[in-house]
Amino acid sequence: MPSDLHRLGVAEATARLAAGDCSAVELVEACIAAQEAAAGLNAVVTDTAEQARTAARHADQRRQRNEARPLEGIPVAVKDIFCTRGVATTAGSRILDGFVPAYESTVGAKLWDAGAILLGKTNMDEFAMGSSNETSRWGPVRNPWSPADGPALVPGGSSGGSAAIVAARAVPAALGTDTGGSIRQPASFCGVVGLKPTYGRCSRWGIIAFASSLDQAGPLTRSVADAALILQHIAGFDPKDSTSADLPVPDLHSALQGDVKGLRVGIPAEYRLDTLPVAVGDLWERGIAWFRAAGAELSDVSLPHTRYALPAYYIVAPAEASANLARYDGVRFGRRSTGEDPDDLYTRTRREGFGEEVRRRIMIGGYVLSEGYYDAYYLRAQQVRTRIAEDFQAAFREVDVLLTPTAPSSAFPQGAKTDDPLAMYVNDIFTVPASLAGLPAISIPAGLDDERLPLGLQLIGRAFDEATLLQAAAALEAAVGTVPSPAGSA
Amino acid sequence: MTGARTIVGATGEWELVIGLEVHAQVATRSKLFSGAATEFGAEPNAQVSLVDAAMPGMLPVINRAAVDQAVRTGLALGAEVNRFSVFDRKNYFYPDLPQGYQISQYRHPIVGAGELRVDMPDGRARVVGIERLHLEQDAGKLVHDRNATDSHVDLNRAGIPLMEIVSRPDLRDWEEAGAYLRKLRALLRAVGSCDGNMEQGSLRADANVSVRRPGAPLGTRCEIKNLNSVRFLMRAIEVEARRQVAVIEAGEAVHQETRLYDPQRNETRAMRSKEDAHDYRYFPDPDLLPLCLSEARIERLRDSLPELPEAIRERLIGEYGLTPYDASVLVAEPDAPGFFEAASQGRNGKRVANWIVTNLFGALNEAGRPLAESPVSAEALGQLVGLIEDGTISDRIARDVFGEMFQTGASPQSIVEARGLRQIQDTDAIDAAIDTALAANPGQLEQYRAGKTKVLGWFVGQVMKATRGQANPALVNARLRQKLDADGAG
Repeated sequence: MPSDLHRLGVAEATARLAAGDCSAVELVEACIAAQEAAAGLNAVVTDTAEQARTAARHADQRRQRNEARPLEGIPVAVKDIFCTRGVATTAGSRILDGFVPAYESTVGAKLWDAGAILLGKTNMDEFAMGSSNETSRWGPVRNPWSPADGPALVPGGSSGGSAAIVAARAVPAALGTDTGGSIRQPASFCGVVGLKPTYGRCSRWGIIAFASSLDQAGPLTRSVADAALILQHIAGFDPKDSTSADLPVPDLHSALQGDVKGLRVGIPAEYRLDTLPVAVGDLWERGIAWFRAAGAELSDVSLPHTRYALPAYYIVAPAEASANLARYDGVRFGRRSTGEDPDDLYTRTRREGFGEEVRRRIMIGGYVLSEGYYDAYYLRAQQVRTRIAEDFQAAFREVDVLLTPTAPSSAFPQGAKTDDPLAMYVNDIFTVPASLAGLPAISIPAGLDDERLPLGLQLIGRAFDEATLLQAAAALEAAVGTVPSPAGSA
Repeated sequence: MTGARTIVGATGEWELVIGLEVHAQVATRSKLFSGAATEFGAEPNAQVSLVDAAMPGMLPVINRAAVDQAVRTGLALGAEVNRFSVFDRKNYFYPDLPQGYQISQYRHPIVGAGELRVDMPDGRARVVGIERLHLEQDAGKLVHDRNATDSHVDLNRAGIPLMEIVSRPDLRDWEEAGAYLRKLRALLRAVGSCDGNMEQGSLRADANVSVRRPGAPLGTRCEIKNLNSVRFLMRAIEVEARRQVAVIEAGEAVHQETRLYDPQRNETRAMRSKEDAHDYRYFPDPDLLPLCLSEARIERLRDSLPELPEAIRERLIGEYGLTPYDASVLVAEPDAPGFFEAASQGRNGKRVANWIVTNLFGALNEAGRPLAESPVSAEALGQLVGLIEDGTISDRIARDVFGEMFQTGASPQSIVEARGLRQIQDTDAIDAAIDTALAANPGQLEQYRAGKTKVLGWFVGQVMKATRGQANPALVNARLRQKLDADGAG
């Protein structure tokens, strides 16, 4: 009875379940089998097959009672940074060894309340710090697009496991988090859709914090419509998160209808880097042409402070992280090393529990906040952040969305950049500005490069205008046409 | 008027300069950023939420009631309430601090400059500047006495809201510091923003102390931490100032440091020096939005304030003619103004106040009882003063009667009757006693006649003694003078 149910997207699977063409149990079994087949990717770090099977039976029973909820029976993989009740949650770090939360993140709880089923906690860079999924305590993830006869490629990061498992057709959707590009860049590397909502659109409660003023949860899917569907069910105000926005969530499904005639699409001049690979530049031009052909109005815009975004990001994010990660001290949960006294206990626990990149960022963060350096680094970075947000505000007076590449390259081999943190940080060059400004942005798989590796294009929208963003994304998706599946998919 | 106390050392006179940082627990049912209860005396770790324990992914949400109490306190101090304030993270590691940072207010406190007037017994008043009031979380508590090798952590206090009220260095001796703390406690109790209970740790003070030659520039200060009674505060300041004088007079320099007061040995000991001081790396907490207060909210809180101690004090001085000091002492006890007003119905207010401040408070203090548990009611004290005013008993007899009232709770009339203490008003009886005294002391009589009129007082004493204190002293004085002068003329 081996099926291709695992290849269905969220909307298709929902339709098949509603029509009675398949059961949730069958769908979940197909995905479990596909995840087992894709085990070599190392994309899933905690298997939840047994509880997913139980949940699938309950889903089928509900459907029989005509009590099916919108996402009833849809399996979703979840990045290991979301706290999941009763399921180990490590954020890719040794320091959280043995931590089993007694609570569910708000975003996760909303998904399960809508009927979705947790299927797999996915691999990630440690505490979401990385752009290649190589800083994980669980080891690197293999990009399913890796050539059979070539080196293993990274899936991007930090939501590398989520992107890889969706690309491998082993689950219709996954949750990720995006701080500086951690949903969009791996989506680009793995040839899937990755959506970072507006900061404040989704609750951060129950998500292990990396950089609180930037972190935002979002979906990775294989279509824009599926991303919209998932976002619809995870978005909304949460009184438990003071930074979540008390705004109504628009009907995102209906936003996908209609065309982009007259939509004003801006092309930021500052993103035209001399170092941009030809394939990436060509794809961008193709994207511009597609929008023009669809009747959109294209124009050049300027975001003059773009070049300061990456340095500002790599000050603000580590600063916040240095405090957010102070709670991992071995006293109350997770890993504890033995020490002579409290200071010794902290030192050993944190030295043994945190990986190199996390330690590096904690030290950078401590440095930029320290007395005498605060004004020159942290305060200045915050000022830059304000300028960047103002750049976007000015641009959005002229245009409705911005079109850029998602990442400056396609997936690279494992180990290629691990010795050069700065080279790694440059991966975020196109994604970080929207993060600093808190804007919604999405990566759409738009083609393959010469090595037949996927490349994504990024659309950036106005704050809380995910509707327009998704409408433009759907038009781009339609223009791109069918994107092939990776060789490494199930 | 005399000035503040100074310390006279081997080389001359030294002046003290003192500033206080008072930590007042805000009277709220739940913690500053979580819903956990704040009640005193619960089982260890019975009042700890996931937020207080800093579990991964937890977020703080501000307690509006705590904000309201801080604003009301600020208004009661006549201070500026800041429409915009910010919560910062103060970063340091300690096992009683689960987050690894304390949420406090550093650059933008909720309340700015204000003042508090302190009256001293000699009639002097000191207007003490308040620099700021800010909100912050309390830490937990380490328990070391459970067994020999391990320490335990009790997080019941972790996250409890505190107001830190920082004075300017305007206090000049330990008595002023004690009076300031009592006055502040009375204000907090009147406002209802803190129960002022120092034994339970609801109110504690850090004292910054330095010494200098009168009028000279400020000396190097030391901070004495965690003083939990008015008496210890005063003793700690005095002993620390004397230590500093001794250090300087020995030709050495005072080092800026944090010290602890040991009440058993009545000395302060160094805790950590300025060199060991933490760099707290303050920065705005990205989990919390800036706190913005509307005019309407501030006005509503202003309207909610009761009659404040300063207004009561003014009224007691104006309506009852009390000395500023007595009025201040009365308003320092929340129940005392009401007690006073009840007792002084139809009596001389100044006399009643004097009885309360000197005798009643003295006896209560000695018995270690609060005014609410006074064995002498306001009515009974009023009756006692009435008996003095109508000449039934003298002041001296009244003190004896009061002593018995305090012991037995009996009414003053019944004591006077039962013990036959009614004052002798009968001039014949007094004249007889005078004659006896004059006849028995010819030597003193001779001295008086020789012009040594001071002997008059001695004769009054003899007569009072002979009548067991029951003679009306004014009458004795008048009759004796009449008799001696008539005698002298004859």
